[in-house]
Amino acid sequence: MSNKATILVIDDEAPIRKLLEITLQSNGYNVLQAATAKEGTIAAASHPPDMILLDIGLPDASGHDVLPELRQWYTHPIIILSVQNAEEDIIRALDNGANDYLVKPFRTGELLARIRSAIRTTTPEETAPVINTGALQIDLQNRIVKVNTETVKLTATEYTLLALFARNEGRVLTHQYLLREVWGPGYINQSQYLRVFIAQLRKKIEADANRPQYITTESGVGYRFIAT
Amino acid sequence: MATGSIHTPKLNQYLLSSLLIAGVSIGCYFISDLVGYRVVAFILLLCVSLLAILFDILPVLFAAALSALVWDFFFIPPHFTLQVSTTEDAILLLMYFVIAFINAVLTYKIRRAEKLARDKEEREHIVKLYNTLLNSLSHELRTPIAAIIGATDNLNSNNNLTPQNRFDLVAEISKAGFRLNQQVDNLLNMSRLESGFIQPKNDWCDINELVYEAVHRIEENTSQRISININPDLPFFKLDKGLLEQVIYNLVNNAVQYTPAKSSIQISAACHADVLSINVEDNGPGFPDAEIGQVFDKFYRLKNTRTGGTGLGLSIVKGFTEAMKGNVSLENGTNGGARFTIGIPAETNYLKNLKNE
Repeated sequence: MSNKATILVIDDEAPIRKLLEITLQSNGYNVLQAATAKEGTIAAASHPPDMILLDIGLPDASGHDVLPELRQWYTHPIIILSVQNAEEDIIRALDNGANDYLVKPFRTGELLARIRSAIRTTTPEETAPVINTGALQIDLQNRIVKVNTETVKLTATEYTLLALFARNEGRVLTHQYLLREVWGPGYINQSQYLRVFIAQLRKKIEADANRPQYITTESGVGYRFIAT
Repeated sequence: MATGSIHTPKLNQYLLSSLLIAGVSIGCYFISDLVGYRVVAFILLLCVSLLAILFDILPVLFAAALSALVWDFFFIPPHFTLQVSTTEDAILLLMYFVIAFINAVLTYKIRRAEKLARDKEEREHIVKLYNTLLNSLSHELRTPIAAIIGATDNLNSNNNLTPQNRFDLVAEISKAGFRLNQQVDNLLNMSRLESGFIQPKNDWCDINELVYEAVHRIEENTSQRISININPDLPFFKLDKGLLEQVIYNLVNNAVQYTPAKSSIQISAACHADVLSINVEDNGPGFPDAEIGQVFDKFYRLKNTRTGGTGLGLSIVKGFTEAMKGNVSLENGTNGGARFTIGIPAETNYLKNLKNE
């Protein structure tokens, strides 16, 4: 019960709010609730929470519109909880600044893990220069990557990609985002580059490249780096 | 048989085109001395244009050719031959042909473009309706499923729950189950209506009892005050109990969903000349006047309404009421709330008579 982070739930469905209230409170979070986009933005502004769980289908506005509005000033994590499972909805939300996207119905354990991960990623003192996870070690300061204490030779692009993942641990990075960050804005439609480099990277760092542990695929949307 | 039925309208069009050209030509024959044969050409062109608006391309081209021949044969001197004596008339005849054909083809093209645009619009409308339904259905089904899965996850493996938490979670599961069941009912009812196989099974119904049963299913989960105002001496009606109960349930449920908490909903029933009339009235915000005409349409949902709901409830009300040969109407009451009225013609009988039956 050490984490007394405050989470704002913006969802118009009373059963979902009730469920999240019980789930989050019993796991040591403070919970604020709002049933509309308007109430939500007011609540976020008056008592800035440590995280927002935002629904897309709100009665007075779409979550897709609320998100960029919040992102103009709100820097803490925002996780989207929505019944919409279309790729374009997910990509749009992630591109608009959502840290994560969970489709309803969701498993409680997964929700809590994503919340922990989102809070961890945005806590600056925890982004250590060296990331150790399983057999993988990434030294961001000295640009050295080791698997089972053996140094892995990465090309410059492979390293840039891996470092980007490591700095955004737990977060879904969309294809467009990765292409823009690693290759540049002119390459955002060249998803084949990404596929090739992800495959190479997995061969070098994963125990089994066909069943990746570290870089997982978010089907149709992007990739996520998971540190265990 | 099948090919015959396809060709009949076309044959009719050829026949009607010929008749029109023949009729007009006979008429013109008598006035051609007065107006001159060149004016006759314009009159015939006019006929071809009219036919182009109404008929398919081939009958119109046929009419264009026929009228050109008729004009040449009967009107261009020398009469009753296809010969043309002057160069001027030859040019006129040629121009007649060309203009008539262009006229027919252009009109046909315009009509086809219009039809394509109309079809496209209709298709888009259907796709939009379909998407609306899918969206609202996924919301209506997934929300309660999310509540159930989330609640059971917690009950299974969360050791920090208070007894009150457990009680609340179980209550949410039960509510979600009812909500899912209601959506499934709506979908099944909708497909019954779509299939067109609703045969009311009429039996004597006590309207008081029926309304209480419909309302009882809703009352437990709502903060609205539902009052029932039915004369206990109302006769029995010979009606389909299941259909009528669903109609009342959907009307009351609609009022519960779309009025603010603690609103009041009134249900009243009366009998006028073997017509059962039932009113469901609330003191909520009512319906925007511009949208009243559409609320019974399948999948229609008010603009700027809350999320949730599939746009099926009220269309089922209309479908079931009409299956019972009745009608349903909506108006905003004097207090601003919505007032639904259904009227269903039915045989009536009083309890005392039934007892002797």
